[in-house]
Amino acid sequence: MGDVLIFAEHLGGHFPKTTLTAIHAGLEVAQKRGANAIAVVAGDAPEAVAAEIAKYGVSKVIVLAHPALKNYLADAHAAALTALVKKTGAEFILTTATAIGKDLMPRLAARLNAPMASEITAINADGTFVRPMYAGNAMATIELDGPVKVITVRGTAFDAAKPAAAAAPIEKLDAEIDAAALKQEFVSFNQTKSDRPQLTEARIVVSGGRGLKSGENFKIVLEPLVDEMGAAMGASRAAVDAGFVPNDLQVGQTGKVVAPELYVAVGISGAIQHLAGMKDSKIIVAINKDEEAPIFSVADYGLVADLFKAVPEMVEELKKVKAH
Amino acid sequence: MKILVPIKRVPDPATTIRVLPDGSGIATDNVKWVINPFDEIAIEEALRIKEKQGGEVVLVTIGQSTWQEQLRTGLAMGADRAILAKSDGYLDPLSLARILAKITGDEQADLVLLGKQAIDDDSNQVGQMLAEMLGWPQATFASKVEFADKKVTVTREVDGGLETIAFNLPAVVTTDLRLNEPRYASLPGIMKARKKELKEVPAESLGLDLAPKLKIKSLTAPPKRQAGKKVGSVAELVGVLHTEAKVI
Repeated sequence: MGDVLIFAEHLGGHFPKTTLTAIHAGLEVAQKRGANAIAVVAGDAPEAVAAEIAKYGVSKVIVLAHPALKNYLADAHAAALTALVKKTGAEFILTTATAIGKDLMPRLAARLNAPMASEITAINADGTFVRPMYAGNAMATIELDGPVKVITVRGTAFDAAKPAAAAAPIEKLDAEIDAAALKQEFVSFNQTKSDRPQLTEARIVVSGGRGLKSGENFKIVLEPLVDEMGAAMGASRAAVDAGFVPNDLQVGQTGKVVAPELYVAVGISGAIQHLAGMKDSKIIVAINKDEEAPIFSVADYGLVADLFKAVPEMVEELKKVKAH
Repeated sequence: MKILVPIKRVPDPATTIRVLPDGSGIATDNVKWVINPFDEIAIEEALRIKEKQGGEVVLVTIGQSTWQEQLRTGLAMGADRAILAKSDGYLDPLSLARILAKITGDEQADLVLLGKQAIDDDSNQVGQMLAEMLGWPQATFASKVEFADKKVTVTREVDGGLETIAFNLPAVVTTDLRLNEPRYASLPGIMKARKKELKEVPAESLGLDLAPKLKIKSLTAPPKRQAGKKVGSVAELVGVLHTEAKVI
């Protein structure tokens, strides 16, 4: 029985919660298959990150070090990981369906001539997997056939791995990359700077839609609510398309999928594609002046009101609650 | 420049999806079929590139003969010709990529532009698989594509913001929402489309291994959320969130 390799994403010496989600899912696959779960950390010098990841319950951490792996690039990473899968005889390789996971894993799958399951939400005992289709309106049970199977997991569908009793051993391997064959060049990363919690990790998400009417209103009306709640800020596709906020705030079928404890949708009508990105939130609140807005069909608590009055009022009410 | 644009026929995004009771698929009686929105963006981008640099835009689809309708729509937008690789059965992403790799090679395309994902399957795999099979660079989730001779610079929408990468042609680029806003087919365009070449070839005649390695066993409807309630005021809302839901 082949092992489960878990590609552990990291940046700037830290790893996001999505990496712990991948580890948790990888451990579950390994446990159900009676196999070992091995984390793989790739980079130019990722030893410190590897030492941290070793604390989360995997059997081993493999470090793949190579200058070509310094920044994420699909061809270099696919080459290095394919060589590793073949070398270790692994049966599964998985990671979370982040932007990197989505970009990398299909390329890796094609290189291995292996089938891939995108964004699984459950691992069945019989070896099948569950994944959403049709913007989450249908859940598909799928089977992957072949000696190697490639998987990405939906970040909101699995818990984060917890620290284990002992740290796993770390093995450093040379990444097998033909640097001359690489064709992609990293130019720049324009990272949206924010002190707020990460959208995919926050306990509370407050999202704004086209109803806010401008980027300025996101700042002066919505952000006070976001910050009073200590929340992450999200947005509907309409708000991003209109240029009110940057693309990485988009929640939806083709944006970020979130499942916080509390999701507050402000001035968002609730298109199917938006719901796909947030309908697994524990509590959903909607504030919209249109009582027919589809968002109310998924909201646990709905307030039909003018957001320009209701949101500032909510900030004040929250301050009162805090004061008690 | 020769640009290949693979497109897929999908249910209109506004369709209410109903899973069949036996789990074998979705009900299609209420479905309006359209070009996958991300593929429409790809067609538009290809047309803009052709308008600037000259060349040819070739559409490809892999599916049933009825999918000609979507190819005609693309031709009406301005694409030059179309290929339908006919297949009635299910083809998994690896098989689709394999067919596209063969056609791309036969056509000697310089650039393949396609949607990042189909809104029915939501797999987001074919473009990346195709790039690997061709041995070409890939740029997924593109929100801007710029050319300087043979060098392509693509800005991509990633988790934390915007990333820019560069490479030379030939390459595969998958489109994201904000790359462009697709044009509508004009009436003259629709008339012209009828005369443009649309070639049908059976997928099995391409000499490829198309046996699926990914099999969909069944579909189920996701659990429905319980209906919620409307509150009468902000004070009431904050009150229930605090005392009832206990989330604040």
